[in-house]
Amino acid sequence: MGLLQPELGLIFWTSLAFGVVLFLLCKFGFPVILRSVEERRNFIDSSIEAAHEAEERLERVTLDSAAIVEKAEAERQQILRSASEERDRIVGDARMKASEEAQRIVAEARAQANEEREQIIREGRQQVVALAVTISERLLRGELQQKESQIVLADRLLDEINKASQAKPQNNEA
Amino acid sequence: MRFVANIILLLVLLVGCPAWAQSDSLMSQTAVVEQTIDSSDQSEELDVKSVVLGHIGDSYEWHICTVGDKHITVPLPVIVRGEDGKWHCFSSSKLHHGHASYEGFSIAEEGEYAGKIVEQTADGEQIRPIDLSITKTVAGLFVNCAVLLLIVLGVARRYRNDKVDTKAKGGFAGVLEMVIESVMDGIIIPCVGPNYRKFAPYLLTAFFFIFVNNLMGLIPIFPAGANVTGNIAVTFVLAMATFLAVNLFGTKDYWKEIFWPEVPTWLKVPIPIMPAIEFIGLFTKPFSLMIRLFANILAGHAIILILTCIVFATAKMGAAVNGAMSAVSVILSIFMNCLELLVAFLQAFVFTMLSAVFIGAAQHTEEHAEDHSAQHSVAHSAEHSPEHELKQETKQIEK
Repeated sequence: MGLLQPELGLIFWTSLAFGVVLFLLCKFGFPVILRSVEERRNFIDSSIEAAHEAEERLERVTLDSAAIVEKAEAERQQILRSASEERDRIVGDARMKASEEAQRIVAEARAQANEEREQIIREGRQQVVALAVTISERLLRGELQQKESQIVLADRLLDEINKASQAKPQNNEA
Repeated sequence: MRFVANIILLLVLLVGCPAWAQSDSLMSQTAVVEQTIDSSDQSEELDVKSVVLGHIGDSYEWHICTVGDKHITVPLPVIVRGEDGKWHCFSSSKLHHGHASYEGFSIAEEGEYAGKIVEQTADGEQIRPIDLSITKTVAGLFVNCAVLLLIVLGVARRYRNDKVDTKAKGGFAGVLEMVIESVMDGIIIPCVGPNYRKFAPYLLTAFFFIFVNNLMGLIPIFPAGANVTGNIAVTFVLAMATFLAVNLFGTKDYWKEIFWPEVPTWLKVPIPIMPAIEFIGLFTKPFSLMIRLFANILAGHAIILILTCIVFATAKMGAAVNGAMSAVSVILSIFMNCLELLVAFLQAFVFTMLSAVFIGAAQHTEEHAEDHSAQHSVAHSAEHSPEHELKQETKQIEK
């Protein structure tokens, strides 16, 4: 029965020792360790969270950049397409304009040529007329050496002029 | 790997010690070596019962070993308050192992106070004075407390200047941290519930106090080896601490559960059956804590001592028998020491868990009703098995 009987002295000393230990450990022991461990745990948790977030953000950025690249590519394609269209259009326009111009030039040239030809023809006629006049002058001068022949000629000329003046109105009427 | 190697080394040391300590005769201690006068009983039969009870019981001196006729003991201070109302303080070596009296005080050899200090009054009666002696158990308790403080405060010092991003500790601090974490996550947080921060230091202290005392009790070399947690006074104080922690911080709902539980009214009035049961339950809970720890550790010590005694009890049966029985004794001792290592942890764990459950139940409020029922079932399942254990242990002791 001795074993089952708590001794007063032992109770006293145990209470004292346990009390002191409890006080010291509750004050300087476990809270320090627990606080440190908990802080570390929180830090690790938050670090992991931050890492996750960073990863997510990176992923998002990667996606974004891919989208940007894609968009740029599409834009480039579109620009190229529109440029080529523009080019075709410009070339077509130019071609059309050029052909118009060419036609115009050709027409002008043709017109000018016609005019020049007519002028040449006219001048030719005039020269032919002048030549004929000169020749006839030479012929006449030769014939007019003789007086009578001069008179004859003058008469004939007058006749002719008369006939011509008569014939002209007839021509006009006709 | 280093950690595993350390643990194995520790186990080997702990397990190897009893056999070694028995044979080791040269211990360098600041002990008082005394020549015993009477060595007439040398040839007598070994009294196993008195050896075992002597080792697990308390005494006024710390007996380390006996070499031939010499008892190597550490005398401890005796502090008693005599009938005259004065405090007497003297070394237990003055009592000459109970063979002498000093200032009227002597150790009773028989009777009600056998083994305790008694005072011889003028009219020839023996009375028990108020006795606050530093006995073997108290001295062991102090040593163990010093070890515990050294360990925990030493480790805590390393944590004091920690920043938020300080790396985790390695080595011993890492081991201690791991144990603390496992107690926190395994017992305190789930059992106590949302209020756990308030009680965590107490429960951790209780755990480590019991654990260190249990382990030190297993080491057979001075200054360890005192049977501290196997003493009912020590477990009484521990149980009392839990009792106070439970009832001083109990909520209104907790007290209502006790005096006006939710049972059919005829169980409460006119005869308050349920309140009476609940009220008795207030005391049986810490009582079971007290007995459980005490009986487990006491039984462990007793078994190891009995196994060791086999070596000496069979000494007269011839060399062959004695050799064989010694081998059996050592093997069984090794096994028991391993088992006691487990028990040392388990009892600290169980005590802490049940304390946490009781505290958690006393923190019960209406919002936490669901938690409470879960805890209750845990408490009940935990209650049953140790009770069963206790019966087995007492049977073992009887054997």
